[in-house]
Amino acid sequence: MDQPVRQPAEPSGPMEYDPASVAGKQPPIADETDLLVIGAGPAGLAAALAASNRGVRVTLIDENPVPFETMGEEIPLHFGCRMGTVMANRNAMLEALLESTPELADALEAGVDVRLGTVAWGLFPQRPTAAWIDGCVAGLADEDRAYLLRFKQVIVASGSRDMGLAFPGWERPGVMGASAAYRLAMTYDALSTRVAVVMGSSTAALQIANELSDKGVRIAAVIEQGETVTGDAALLAHLVAGGTQVLTRHVIERAEGATGSGEVEAVTVVAVDANGRHWKDELKRLACDTVLLGIATVSAIELLEAAGCDTAFIPERGGHVARIDEAQRTSLPFILAAGDCTGTWAAKSVAPSIARREGRIAAAAALSALGVNDHEVAYEAPVVPDTAYTDPADERCAWVRASVIEAVGEPYVCQCEEVTAAEILLVRPPRYIGWDSKKDDEHPHTLAQLAGDGPPNPDIVKRLTRACMGPCQGRRCREQVAALMSIGSGTELAAIPLATFRSPVRPLPLRQLAVLEEVPELGKHWDSWFGMASQWVPFWRPVPLYTAAGRERGTAVASE
Amino acid sequence: MTAQQRQTDHPGPHNGVPKGATAAAGAAVIIVGGGVTGLSAGWWLARAGVDVLVLDAGLIGWGASGRNGGGCSHHHSPLFLEEQRLWPMMDELLGYPTEFRPNRIRIALDEHQFLLYRRALDNGAVHGLRSDILDPRQVRELVPFAGDNVFGGYFYHFGGHANPHRTLQAYAWAMQDHGGRLLQHTNVTGFTTNGEHVTGVNTNRGHIACDHLVLAAGLHTGELAAQLGVDVPLASARAEMIVTEPLPPMNIGGVDGNGLYGRQTLRGNLAYGGGPHEWIDLADANRQRPHSTPLQCSIAARVAGLFPKVAHARVIRSWAGFIENTPDGRPIIDQPGQFDNLTLATLSSVGFGLSPASGHAIRDLVIDGRCSFADLSSFALSRFANLEPDWRALQGWLPLASQPASQPASQDSLAPLGT
Repeated sequence: MDQPVRQPAEPSGPMEYDPASVAGKQPPIADETDLLVIGAGPAGLAAALAASNRGVRVTLIDENPVPFETMGEEIPLHFGCRMGTVMANRNAMLEALLESTPELADALEAGVDVRLGTVAWGLFPQRPTAAWIDGCVAGLADEDRAYLLRFKQVIVASGSRDMGLAFPGWERPGVMGASAAYRLAMTYDALSTRVAVVMGSSTAALQIANELSDKGVRIAAVIEQGETVTGDAALLAHLVAGGTQVLTRHVIERAEGATGSGEVEAVTVVAVDANGRHWKDELKRLACDTVLLGIATVSAIELLEAAGCDTAFIPERGGHVARIDEAQRTSLPFILAAGDCTGTWAAKSVAPSIARREGRIAAAAALSALGVNDHEVAYEAPVVPDTAYTDPADERCAWVRASVIEAVGEPYVCQCEEVTAAEILLVRPPRYIGWDSKKDDEHPHTLAQLAGDGPPNPDIVKRLTRACMGPCQGRRCREQVAALMSIGSGTELAAIPLATFRSPVRPLPLRQLAVLEEVPELGKHWDSWFGMASQWVPFWRPVPLYTAAGRERGTAVASE
Repeated sequence: MTAQQRQTDHPGPHNGVPKGATAAAGAAVIIVGGGVTGLSAGWWLARAGVDVLVLDAGLIGWGASGRNGGGCSHHHSPLFLEEQRLWPMMDELLGYPTEFRPNRIRIALDEHQFLLYRRALDNGAVHGLRSDILDPRQVRELVPFAGDNVFGGYFYHFGGHANPHRTLQAYAWAMQDHGGRLLQHTNVTGFTTNGEHVTGVNTNRGHIACDHLVLAAGLHTGELAAQLGVDVPLASARAEMIVTEPLPPMNIGGVDGNGLYGRQTLRGNLAYGGGPHEWIDLADANRQRPHSTPLQCSIAARVAGLFPKVAHARVIRSWAGFIENTPDGRPIIDQPGQFDNLTLATLSSVGFGLSPASGHAIRDLVIDGRCSFADLSSFALSRFANLEPDWRALQGWLPLASQPASQPASQDSLAPLGT
């Protein structure tokens, strides 16, 4: 592909384009493809297969198998240290992945460039204000490398994760996301859990509980803060028949372990009223080694949002998703989305065929954009969410009220930065500053005051309290923080702006990012901010009348 | 869907009137721009008993004020001594934490850097401030993350660093504690004047009268001043930074060098930026949030070079920011002659560390008509009297062309999906 040196928009008169700028310094592009598919779940695999053998290059990447160490840091899912020892053996994981996902072999057979253990940490389309790299590139990383792949179209099928929910003891090993357990059990047969309780009763949570039950995990209880179970009755009945207790209007009061930070050995559940207040005399202890957080499925939109796709809180899709049209296209014409990252609903969580259909529709739209004659592509009806759904905003806020706000003691909502709900609601500075906040008590500053007339912005709360700012990149707390802000400010959750995502959307070591190639020109001028000698002339020297033509050039001068 | 609507998360100017907004009462001084410069000026004025109102088109600190390296060591500036005098007192003066920590170490990995970084020593010496030259062993003793690649370094016994987010909020809260007012989501659409006198600003909340107007609106200072017929030459650019996971805090967090600016935060994160910038069109800055690019890898490479002992540290975020520059890179803090009650302020991409002093200078200009503590003649607008009209082109400061690829998809453009 041509890589023309970028030229200024309107060259005029004798000029040299600013040598200290990014112009002409774009990094080498390691590889190119026509269609990049991110995520080899049902949607991504269906998309890659549908686009294969159509005369375009198709590249399918998937982050699995994720390095054991990364999983231990609750990335990309909340694994709660329940990875069996086999997970440390990368080759065994790879074999298990290929065995449990036979479509990967189909994709290879069909000529798809399949790259496993490869994560996309950013999508970087050329745009006004970021135009120095031509076309669209994806930042990719495998075990040791980081490199850029140029693409023409991308289908993001990055799946979903589980909303975190704080309660005393939720930091203990054994508290984990329901879909993390599903991943370990179904993809790798490596879930080390014997007895679990499930928080949440959506169809998605009940479906996972049934699958795990079939794998030999005893599901001791389904715990639901609401008055009734929200998910599929048949799935619930199947669990109950196997001995599962159903505890509605209950939350976990605490998870207990043998030692202060030991693994979960039991949970104490408490009855709650409609406002989430605990009935202290109605406590019940359940022995279990695992708590499955299944209160809400969260679409994994970090790549899409960071790339600049339009997003919105769409209740029938379960929360914040990238806006898509009937052809699965996002607001950016080279980015499509399919699968759970475009939203989840009950029917979709039990039928992977829906995600596959989304993948095929996205593939057809991408092929069309690539100029492939699509007359042989079978028509697929657009995918629409269930018309009946439980409002995810109400549900999330109710869980946060009953579990987090009403908690005995103050569990950390943000485990990485150790921030409590009260600290978020009162916008307290973090404890490591050692700030004596007497004055804060005299002049309380509230979430509402920070925002003025607008809705409170999570990015401000992040800046001031450090919540969501830790190494798990807010995966376990960002939805809780948004719900707290909704409750604390009396603003509807859907109106709370989505906290921004930033690349790299996966934590990556300095030395790994450093592997990315540079052109030699990029190394020049680092010592001088904007390369302007005049900016740093000490003030006690005379300042002559300034002209652009007469400016000082070519002098190396350090900036401050 | 328009491009503007697409950026739902961009807290920039709102066209509509905020829900529940009422027209604001007039103020003795209106400051347009809730960045560190405007808010520091607001705080200085409020504590002097002046009825001050700060307006921001979106949320405070959403521009460069919330996206910089936090350095407080500007020995070339006429505001330097006031900057150095004030920072150690700021927590107490404001009543809120800034996370300021004094002193700075700069590491050179080669002779070229070592020579360049000497200038801070020379400039400090002019003011009688001490700096030590460090050999590689001394650098490694002071900076546990440094490695065998050190050529030399400097320990400047002045300057320091603070947390920009916390400082910005401290200015706002402290100003409000003194009776100053802040209105966010307030977009200035024009001005009213009477001869040589600015009488007020027009906003999406209606007209707000003032006796004095301060423009400290970052990128937008030039276009706002132009509405008053005052030419403030500015160009906008995008720059990038990265931040790592927290590491054990070093005794001195204010360590930079190897072409980077930044610090280890009190929490322990390494927050560093640097490298080439990208010139942008101001109109695009209103539509797009600043996006980071693969330049983050080049920054990471240089942080790994600066601190090889922690090259394993994981990068957990990056960010980009839009910043304005004057043609010579020096600030403008001045009162143009066309008006008797207008003060302009742009710190030209180096404003955070100087903000305690720049706010003081603006307070002095507004109240007394002259700065009490520094000679601001090098910040005068008049130095651009002979500036060429096409100075941006002559300096090569024009936005790069981009493919018109980022048009939003619309229902109209739906391609037929087979038949």
